[in-house]
Amino acid sequence: MTQVSMTVNGEAVSAEVEGRTLLSDFLRGNLRLTGTHIGCDTSQCGACLVHVDGEVVKSCTMFAAEAAGTEVTTIEGMANPDGSLSAIQQAFQDQHGLQCGFCTPGMVMATASLLKENPKPSVAEIRDYLEGNICRCTGYHNIIKAVLAASGQDVDAMVAG
Amino acid sequence: MSGPLTDLDRPNSYIGRAVPRADAARLLEGRGRFVDDLQLPRMLHAAFLRSPYAHARVNGFDLEAARAVPGVHTILTGKDLEGVVEPYVGVLSHLAGLQSAPQMPMAVDVARWQGEPLVMVIAESRAIAEDALGLIEADLDPLDPVTDPEAALEPGAALIHDSLGSNLAWERTVDVGDVDAAFAADGVTTVERSFTFGRHTGVTLETRAAVAAFDPSTDQLTFWYSGQAPHMMQFIFAKHLGLMEEDVRVIAHDVGGSFGIKIHTYGDEVATAAAAKLLGRPIKFVADRLESFQTDIHARDHIVKGRMGLTADGKIAALEFDDITGIGPFSMYPRTSAIEANQVLNLTGAPYEIENYRARSRVVFQNKNLMCQYRAVGHPIAMAICDCLLEDAAREIGMDVAEVRRRNLMADDSYPRQSASGMKLADLSHQQSLEKLLEIMDYNGLRADQAQARKSGVYRGIGLVSMVEVTNPSPAFYGIGGAPIASQDGATVRLDAGGGLRISSSVTEQGQGTNGILAQIAADRFGIPIDRVRVTTGDTDTVPYGGGTWASRGAGIGGEAMLQAAVALRDQVLDVAAVMLQTEPSKLDIRDGAVTDLDGSERMTLSDLARTVYYRGNELPSDMKPELVATRHYRVTDFPFVFTNGAMAAQVEVDVETGMVKVLGFWAVEDCGRVINPMLVDEQVRGGVVQGIGGALYEECLYDEEGQLLNASMADYEVPMAAEMPDIVVAHVETPTRTSELGAKGAGEAGTGGAPAALMNAVNDALSPLGGRIHQMPMTPERILKALGTV
Amino acid sequence: MKAQDFRYERPSTMDEALAILADTDQEAQPLAGGQSLMPMMNFRLAAPDVLVDLGGVPELSGICEDNGEIVIGAMTRYRDLMASEMVARDVPLLAAALPHIAHPAIRNRGTLGGSLALSDPAAESPAVLLALGGSVDLRSASGQRSVAADEFFFGLYETARQPEELITAVRLPKAAPGHRFGFYEITRRHGDYAMIGVAVAQAPDWRIAFFSVAGTPLRATDAEAVLNADASDIDAAVAALASLEIDGDRHGDPAMKRHLAGVALRRAIGGMS
Repeated sequence: MTQVSMTVNGEAVSAEVEGRTLLSDFLRGNLRLTGTHIGCDTSQCGACLVHVDGEVVKSCTMFAAEAAGTEVTTIEGMANPDGSLSAIQQAFQDQHGLQCGFCTPGMVMATASLLKENPKPSVAEIRDYLEGNICRCTGYHNIIKAVLAASGQDVDAMVAG
Repeated sequence: MSGPLTDLDRPNSYIGRAVPRADAARLLEGRGRFVDDLQLPRMLHAAFLRSPYAHARVNGFDLEAARAVPGVHTILTGKDLEGVVEPYVGVLSHLAGLQSAPQMPMAVDVARWQGEPLVMVIAESRAIAEDALGLIEADLDPLDPVTDPEAALEPGAALIHDSLGSNLAWERTVDVGDVDAAFAADGVTTVERSFTFGRHTGVTLETRAAVAAFDPSTDQLTFWYSGQAPHMMQFIFAKHLGLMEEDVRVIAHDVGGSFGIKIHTYGDEVATAAAAKLLGRPIKFVADRLESFQTDIHARDHIVKGRMGLTADGKIAALEFDDITGIGPFSMYPRTSAIEANQVLNLTGAPYEIENYRARSRVVFQNKNLMCQYRAVGHPIAMAICDCLLEDAAREIGMDVAEVRRRNLMADDSYPRQSASGMKLADLSHQQSLEKLLEIMDYNGLRADQAQARKSGVYRGIGLVSMVEVTNPSPAFYGIGGAPIASQDGATVRLDAGGGLRISSSVTEQGQGTNGILAQIAADRFGIPIDRVRVTTGDTDTVPYGGGTWASRGAGIGGEAMLQAAVALRDQVLDVAAVMLQTEPSKLDIRDGAVTDLDGSERMTLSDLARTVYYRGNELPSDMKPELVATRHYRVTDFPFVFTNGAMAAQVEVDVETGMVKVLGFWAVEDCGRVINPMLVDEQVRGGVVQGIGGALYEECLYDEEGQLLNASMADYEVPMAAEMPDIVVAHVETPTRTSELGAKGAGEAGTGGAPAALMNAVNDALSPLGGRIHQMPMTPERILKALGTV
Repeated sequence: MKAQDFRYERPSTMDEALAILADTDQEAQPLAGGQSLMPMMNFRLAAPDVLVDLGGVPELSGICEDNGEIVIGAMTRYRDLMASEMVARDVPLLAAALPHIAHPAIRNRGTLGGSLALSDPAAESPAVLLALGGSVDLRSASGQRSVAADEFFFGLYETARQPEELITAVRLPKAAPGHRFGFYEITRRHGDYAMIGVAVAQAPDWRIAFFSVAGTPLRATDAEAVLNADASDIDAAVAALASLEIDGDRHGDPAMKRHLAGVALRRAIGGMS
């Protein structure tokens, strides 16, 4: 067993875990932050994305112990401080950029990371950046629109249909 | 469209509007309620040892070391469930002659596909259960696997079930007109093609998952699952675990994608429920991705030889094909694995005037994972057979592929009528849809672009499809054959004291936006702001009885039930209001949450009315019996299915050196009747198209000859991702169905049904100047380069 | 699926890490980002007793120049390599390959040393190392050595690294004026492991390294010889790929893969700069 301590969504947390405990297991099982999802076990799907020290990572491909001492942000930490939807979350709702919602936390985390690096991405840049996020329900079309809207760009001028 | 339902100027007019889903905020904040999020007191976790062989005799297991692992609670084998679970058989009486064998949740004597459950370990955590699995010694004798469906029918082939005497599960033929004479007639050009449609699967991002809790003091089972048909599962658990149906509660909260995958009886889920009953403790089973690939139902797997005759003026003289499909070792319970083949026979050629039609389908057992109904059951096969033969034949006689459709599509004014296969058709718009498609895609412009590109050695292709989709099924789909599957659905609308509406429905939400459109319909028809409507679905304890969401039936059937319930409650409320306001109901209206005069002036809020009824009944006449709740049920009558139609087009570019296909554009015109929420339905169509592109270009469950699945991970099984997908343009023709007041047909499967044919046509159009052609899906680079003779 | 449990160690110096690896009573496995190792552990294809997380060893990260070589610490993440001006300027072949490696979230954790230690035959960085003729610095508790790229890759997931050794750094020759490089890979989907890929260097001798062709990345020495004799005879170079021992996989049989190798080589050369 290993003692791990980290900051998650601004709160200090600490627990004794098995070495094999994934960061995603720790968030979901120990902290009961179930917004981070597991879709593949092999780091393809992106449903488990969280930010560690401000960088997007796959929490299913990082042991909880590796995250000791870091600041972790999960989907539960993405809303505005007053609890309202963040601009990214609001754009996904307005543009209907989700269906079942299982991939959605990962999409939101990826989008936040993308817009931090590239505040006004093109459609092609968005599609490329989402290369590690699978959505099985939508046609990706509205996800692209949601990212454009979240970045304050003219959605209708940039996406057909 | 005009008419009372889309009177957008009226207050609370939500039908037809792009209303954002209320559910979305919860999911966007990570507050979903998926099965694996559930933690119950004393809950244990299950993991399964699964057959490593496609076919093996099960002699026994040495469980000693596994049992000794700290934290392991119980280990159950297939034999242990004998007498606990009544075996099930996937046959239906209306599919005459269909045979299958009794199936148990875990193999007892013989394992028949790689991945079939053998042993269930129940432990304090999933990780501990997996530790124990690794210590089980399984005594298995490999048997000859039968994997190829054509070989499975050869005389002398090993039998998958000795008791059945044959590996043929079912066979059906259709023979209409005089096919032989039509092909032999002068001036008829015949094209003949061999099609192969690979196996693929649903890859729901949330894997199958279940939590079963049994209370021995009341004999009640509660089963939370990620699924599409709670009432069907209620029946199945009751019947096969020996419980009363009223003692089984099935709950499906948020469902992370389903696509037909989550509507079947899976051994691991039944075993989970059985173990919960045996142990009296909650048990969780969440499939991992490997288990999903090995055991979630697979789809397609057809080999088809087809031919079409075209007259010199481009009329279809005759269509004939022979289909063989492998379904794994059992017909899936309770829907059976013969429905897809049945649909292929029913639907092929259904958009066109065809007088001479002959087809046969054979459904064959094999030692691979079970095949069953997945999104657009049979449709991609049916549409590809007909529309690919049609475009190939048109190319043969030098006719444009849009023009050949104009000459053959059923006329929009010819309904109601029948298809060649005898399907009852009504309210379709093939001609209008095709013309709209050609307009939105700028067909002539794309053809000019194609000609220009070819001059510079760039091979672009354009392919079309005209299609039908089966939606809103009547009892003729399943119930008629004895399946415990409701074709009717119920809706309840209740006015609460606060003046808000609590609505519930037996259709389920899997992300399509069902809850959203039900709220739209109820708010619209009742007369209340949509933010005063709360929706419950997915709980057999609290919703009316019904079928759930599958076969593109949620909006059409569940929506109509909701409309009728909302209208009924409105009438009931107005009856009460008229008494309280001492006027006639006909002189009152409900608008924006208040009872008003017909000119809209407010007379009383709904809250005032409800509080009077609920709290101060003394103010009402003693002979008045107010009812502020209404329930209505709806089923489709007079038609077995409500068909929709669509027209779609793909533009592709083939890299003829690498065989890679890039989809440059995709256009879909969909006639799903009344559009309730264009924003939701458009993305449903797009999501369907992307799954269709997946089946056409990427997705295949690759088995070797021994029946080993070679690519059971998301790294090796390629689902479409954002970077490779085009913008998808969606437009509508709205021809409401005559079968309901709402007029909505389904839309969720059209893209998956139609896109593969459009893609195959586009690729063949691109390859045609080089003399290559391909009729195998997925159209991988290797297959395209082989078609070109490059490798 | 869950990994088999292990003891987690997070040394803060290289010596501590090497001491753990030197204890042969237990199977210890270095964890260097884990982006490929962890899926293997989830499938229980890898099940070490001890996992030695190198994330706490700062001396293993960083990029510097040493005697005409660019020296990249084993724990340097792909993200940092992509952000490095030195890499962009002095190792343009690596810079060209980096965007093709997996996804942004994986590049935020994945390291060059980790990738080379695992040496997935479909991975990009082993081929880049091979095409550049770089070398790998290895150290154990008892000593250190440097292994040339040509001697580093043994077989499927097998390298010259011994279980008690750590990759400490990767040495890549600095590009000189007139050197040219090309990189091309064919993937079904953006970010996937390649169906085939090739890294090409003309510095000034030609070195060509294919990946996703066999159990290890493969140098196309016959094609190199053709181009060394006549750099314009690309047809002959492609024809010389006939001598490569290429395995088939789910993307195609050996003939298909050889064909794609030729296409990739032409395109890589066509894109050289």
